Amino acid sequence: MSIQKLKSTICACKMREWSLLFCVLFAGCAVFAQTAPATQSIVTPERIAELEQKIADAHGAADNAWMLVCAALVLMMTGPGLALFYGGLVRKKNVLATMMQSFAMMAVITVLWGLIGYSLCFGSGNSFIGGLHHMFLHGVGAQPDPDYAATIPLQTYMIYQLMFAIITPALITGAFAERMKFSAMALLMILWSIIVYAPMAHMVWGKGGLLNASLGGLFPTLDFAGGTVVHITSGVSALVCALYLGKRVGYPQQAMPPHSVVLSVIGACMLWVGWFGFNAGSALAAGSLATSAFVATHFAAAAATVSWSVTEWMAMGRPSALGAISGAVAGLVAITPAAGFVGPMPALLIGLLAGVVCYTMVTKVKAVFGYDDSLDAFGVHGVGGTLGALLTGVFASKFVNPIFKDAQGNVLGSGWIDGNFHQLFNQLIGVAIAWLMAAVGTILILKFVDLVIGLRVPAEDEVEGLDLTQHGEEGYYWEASGNNL
Amino acid sequence: MTKLEAMIQPSKLDAVKSALLEIGIDGLTVLEARGHGRQKGHTEFYRGREYTVDLLPKIKLEIVLRDEVVEQAVGAVIKAAQTGKIGDGKIFLTRVDEAIRIRNEERGSNAL
Repeated sequence: MSIQKLKSTICACKMREWSLLFCVLFAGCAVFAQTAPATQSIVTPERIAELEQKIADAHGAADNAWMLVCAALVLMMTGPGLALFYGGLVRKKNVLATMMQSFAMMAVITVLWGLIGYSLCFGSGNSFIGGLHHMFLHGVGAQPDPDYAATIPLQTYMIYQLMFAIITPALITGAFAERMKFSAMALLMILWSIIVYAPMAHMVWGKGGLLNASLGGLFPTLDFAGGTVVHITSGVSALVCALYLGKRVGYPQQAMPPHSVVLSVIGACMLWVGWFGFNAGSALAAGSLATSAFVATHFAAAAATVSWSVTEWMAMGRPSALGAISGAVAGLVAITPAAGFVGPMPALLIGLLAGVVCYTMVTKVKAVFGYDDSLDAFGVHGVGGTLGALLTGVFASKFVNPIFKDAQGNVLGSGWIDGNFHQLFNQLIGVAIAWLMAAVGTILILKFVDLVIGLRVPAEDEVEGLDLTQHGEEGYYWEASGNNL
Repeated sequence: MTKLEAMIQPSKLDAVKSALLEIGIDGLTVLEARGHGRQKGHTEFYRGREYTVDLLPKIKLEIVLRDEVVEQAVGAVIKAAQTGKIGDGKIFLTRVDEAIRIRNEERGSNAL
């Protein structure tokens, strides 16, 4: 009983302490409120300017975050996306050599880009090539360049574009897989980046470029993410390489099936996901155009997978995994120039066509002409890119992307479905220039490299395998992974 | 002593091992091989091109036996591996000159 009384007394005391504390605090707050500076609530021009800057910064932060992620996604497309895709398609004895070709591009092209690559592509120069103002990335810092991307640092733009410059030569390696010297390939790609890629990138995307649709080029070619710059140039160059180098020893009599379609499937999936960075990132901002490009990209990939698989099913009796992933890549290639200009339904159609056309290229046309484009770089990228670039002229819609405006700022039609039939001619010109640059540039470079260091490995080395002869390694060294050794 | 070499379908390996164990034969060597007899291969497709794969996966068993149990062992293998279709495989018997146990250098049938 006495304990109860004690408890209630303590309770009552505590109550009193707490209420006292509350009163003190409340009074203190009231005092503080009365003495707060009154100027905080007044609206001034400086305050508005400050707020506007903060809003712009927030906007820019969103765009920059998105673009940095996209840059990472595109790099992932090369490594390990393309490395796995190509690596799985070659014979076991060449797996490392093939992967190394992609990986080497990540390193070599980056250095070249920093020294002069970026400047040649995106510096101000003339209609055909950029200048050397940005050599050693001079002037490429946190400040945006409104001609390219107004809300992100120029450095972000630079690093994003670098990833494109990396994957483009890596794509070509598919044509001469299993027979090219590593040293020759490295030299070839350095020269190719300067002589073919830089002018093409400058013409389509650079300031003053002949084909630049956003910056008033003479023949504005609609190429959102690189159908001409990346896929046509690499694909056509691949064909030239395949023809110049000749067939692999034993081709086509000897069966040379992929040693691991498993790796290729994994690689293809990474390419699909990475491609969102490639296409949607080409919006250069995190807004609704990026969404539109993302959606178009995905739909085209899906439609092309279906159409390639169905075509194969009808022709061969069964749909293969290799066919399905090849279809997806074909669709992704074809939608690349169109991604930010077309709606989802045209994207489906573009994908559908790409699947059928590219399937026919790699199974029928290649066999008819007999060239050994080992990993179908031309059949998928060259042809898919050409198809996509032309279809962009058909399906580009001002309602998706009002890219063409007249002097008064009124929106003009983009493609044929807008009534702008003329755009098809511009697309054709862009495609033709890409083909020409790739073909002529590559032949000259191949000739030069062949004279200086020789392109192909000796026949015995080719038979033994490039992993051992070019790199002194084995891709899968089973004895070393044994249990008790 | 007789060496029994049997080329069998890979899917029959477990059955054959069990059958041999049942008659008391517990030493054997298994090799993964490729080959064919009269069995046709299968066609695979790569980029629209048809390839005939005629070296099919096989399992090769090698056992060295005392002469007294050879017919028993042959019977056990056949019973376990036979399906009646082309591709069942073959058994070869060869004479063995000597057998030596590495652990204690025993020779002859005792080493088996």
